[in-house]
Amino acid sequence: MTAVLARGFDQPVAQSQATFRAVMQALANPGRLIAFRSTLDTDTPLPVNAAALGLALLDFEVTFHLAPSLSAGSVADYLRFHTGARAAKTTQDAALAFLDLAKDTLCLADYAQGTPDYPDRSTTLIALSTRAETGMAIAGPGIKAVGTLGIAPLPADFTVQWAANRAGFPLGVDILFVTEEGFIGLPRSTRIVGGV
Amino acid sequence: MSAHRQTNSEPAYNFAYLDEQTKRMIRRAILKAIAIPGYQVPFASREMPMPYGWGTGGVQVTAAILGSEDTLKVIDQGADDTTNAVSIRAFFAKTAGVAVTTATEDATIIQTRHRIPEAALQGHQVLVYQVPIPEPLRFLEPRETETRTMHALAEYGLMHVKLYEDIARHGHIATTYDYPVHVAGRYVMDPSPIPKFDNPKMNDCAALQLFGAGREKRIYAIPPHTQVVSLDFEDHPFEATKFEHPCALCGATMSYLDEVVTDDKGGRMFVCSDTDFCEGRRAAGHHGHLYGGETLSKEAAE
Amino acid sequence: MYVAVKGGERAIANAHRLLADKRRGDREVPELAVEQIDEQLALAVDRVMSEGSLYDRKLAALAIKQARGDLIEAIFLIRAYRTTLPRFGFSEPLDTAEMAVRRRISATYKDLPGGQVLGPTFDYTHRLLDFALMATSNTEAPATAPHEPDVAMPRVTDIIASDDLIERNPPGVPGAEVADLTREPLSFPADRDLRLQNLARGDEGFLLALGYSTQRGYGRNHPFVGEIRLGEVEVELMVEELGFAVPLGDMTLTECQMVNQFSGSATEPARFTRGYGLSFGHCERRAMSMALVDRALRAEEFGEERKGPAQDEEFVLSHSDNVQATGFVEHLKLPHYVDFQAELALLREMRLEFTSKQNPETLEAAE
Repeated sequence: MTAVLARGFDQPVAQSQATFRAVMQALANPGRLIAFRSTLDTDTPLPVNAAALGLALLDFEVTFHLAPSLSAGSVADYLRFHTGARAAKTTQDAALAFLDLAKDTLCLADYAQGTPDYPDRSTTLIALSTRAETGMAIAGPGIKAVGTLGIAPLPADFTVQWAANRAGFPLGVDILFVTEEGFIGLPRSTRIVGGV
Repeated sequence: MSAHRQTNSEPAYNFAYLDEQTKRMIRRAILKAIAIPGYQVPFASREMPMPYGWGTGGVQVTAAILGSEDTLKVIDQGADDTTNAVSIRAFFAKTAGVAVTTATEDATIIQTRHRIPEAALQGHQVLVYQVPIPEPLRFLEPRETETRTMHALAEYGLMHVKLYEDIARHGHIATTYDYPVHVAGRYVMDPSPIPKFDNPKMNDCAALQLFGAGREKRIYAIPPHTQVVSLDFEDHPFEATKFEHPCALCGATMSYLDEVVTDDKGGRMFVCSDTDFCEGRRAAGHHGHLYGGETLSKEAAE
Repeated sequence: MYVAVKGGERAIANAHRLLADKRRGDREVPELAVEQIDEQLALAVDRVMSEGSLYDRKLAALAIKQARGDLIEAIFLIRAYRTTLPRFGFSEPLDTAEMAVRRRISATYKDLPGGQVLGPTFDYTHRLLDFALMATSNTEAPATAPHEPDVAMPRVTDIIASDDLIERNPPGVPGAEVADLTREPLSFPADRDLRLQNLARGDEGFLLALGYSTQRGYGRNHPFVGEIRLGEVEVELMVEELGFAVPLGDMTLTECQMVNQFSGSATEPARFTRGYGLSFGHCERRAMSMALVDRALRAEEFGEERKGPAQDEEFVLSHSDNVQATGFVEHLKLPHYVDFQAELALLREMRLEFTSKQNPETLEAAE
């Protein structure tokens, strides 16, 4: 654990807003890369875009969960210190859940899915990943005709997991893929309609 | 948490009035709303410095998404110069110092009450609706506990019964505004009190549409290019209102018209409700039969 | 020929200027000071603090001045200000048994430990206009009794509870979260903490009418005023770093504890039930009304049939807030001509169809 925590936003109003708008565009346009590079200091314990996302959306009213690869270092301290958010006891209690697709196993069903009365009481996954040139064909709200989801690495059973997530609509989780170049959104309303 | 103080606008309040914690809470609700099109996300709406029912939901949504780079347009009844539109536009110009416009194509965020602009919206734009009663089933069932269950079960039979009773009694579906829609095949949604003339514009719209109901504490959304279908029946298909007259000022035949009483002897004229659309057409040389020139100063249009 | 009318912005600015002029009124009459409102219209200040949910006499007085005495407008000003304030924490629960009492009456006992203290009350005044107040009054100082610091004044409900004749208060859960409708939108069914918060901010007239309706049979609950007490209570904040509670100051409160019809069952002996009302400042009417409505809203808990509006949780909680209510009622004066036009068009179409059915020739002639 580092003794001194990395800095948060210098301009919280502007930086939070810029981060949020990129995330909003990403979720409203599934599969499309919304170019974004946070102006945060680069020594954050998470990749800067993911750190910015945490700072922009977390506060004392919500909880976060860290997958095993992220729970060892100072990520939790960083998020707690700068946002006042509490760490969730389980994946089911988390409003935001951070994981690294290269290191952590992804199991969508582990997270809060919402309830039929309140489907919004679900977890949003923040998945550290990289962009892939090719991807799966996707369709649904926010996509004109057919779009593409190009993300790496994705687990082999991702299409099966996502089909189950989609089948539960309006329950389910939403994913924000965070890459160096920006954000790619995958809300629960999106269907995967074709392979690579 | 450091509270950022604007130096160039209203110093006593944060950028765009709302505190950062409130903005985050609203932003989280917006993300859920986008992910579940048509579902009303509860949010902890704040008291705003304008009355409930006067656009507090729309104002909170706009304040939560607005950045210093944005250009804002505010309309009420389609017009930029109605008093409430002027008041809300002035509120953001003062608290956020953002650029404001009346030109639909120049705006990045358009806040509206009761209309959708005539010009087709673009992918980079966001349309923010002010919503008085977000629950489309409310007048059929006043209890929130009941309507919530009906949405959970997608049990919308009651709505069809109501519309059909209209047909039985009046020979028409007697709903001319606030006409319910079915979003992405799942939720029945209240489009806010826009005239049903505007309903087709919601379907496959390139812009993100956000809806804020402040008093009722709900936010909902339609992502771009989402299927939005007005409820109807095979033997009574949905029909948008049509006008028999062209606009008296710009001659448009495809726009929504306001009826203006011109004297006390039954004199009437019909003019575009979308003032920017009408002005644009007039500037491009289209004139209606009562067009009298642009003699008034445009002081109210900034 | 027709030219569109514009000028909304200037009209608004001029209206605000005119409003400021009307607020000030005749310049020959001395301007009202905020201190005068605080001191001499103190009960208006109390109401604005209660329904505005902000304990600040000076700001409430300012709001009353700014609102030209329109109390709902003043409440709205306070709410809109309050919502922007940062939160530092939650106070410790107030202990009204420790209140420095200025008024305390019980309708259930003739005399009781600590006695009945009439205090400053309109009760038993004859409602005759006092024309002497038309001129500057020369009010004599109040009579005082010798200070008796050690007289205990237990709450009446505690006295009844010591005989186990009234329902026990639910045990407090240390550290349990208390609902807050300013942070989470109201959802149903609502627990009693949320209901009480809603009622404490609710419109006094609305609460009064609902409370009255229970007395007239729409959800009757046989109330007795166990006690009304008015006085000052200390507010404390637990500071985690220090490990103990720090006093922040005193707050004037009115508390009403209603003792209501008993409940019992095969397994539980019969006991009186409770209705609770609490208000900032001196607001007996609202504290009493709140207690009646609180008890009425507990119908389900006691297995009572819900048949009055005051027992209907969704109805009461959804309509109690006068800032919401006034906004939505008054928004009807905003332009609605687009929707009205849509209705006009349909109405004309339907009338045309009607006429053509009645008399086909008329239609052809008209077209």
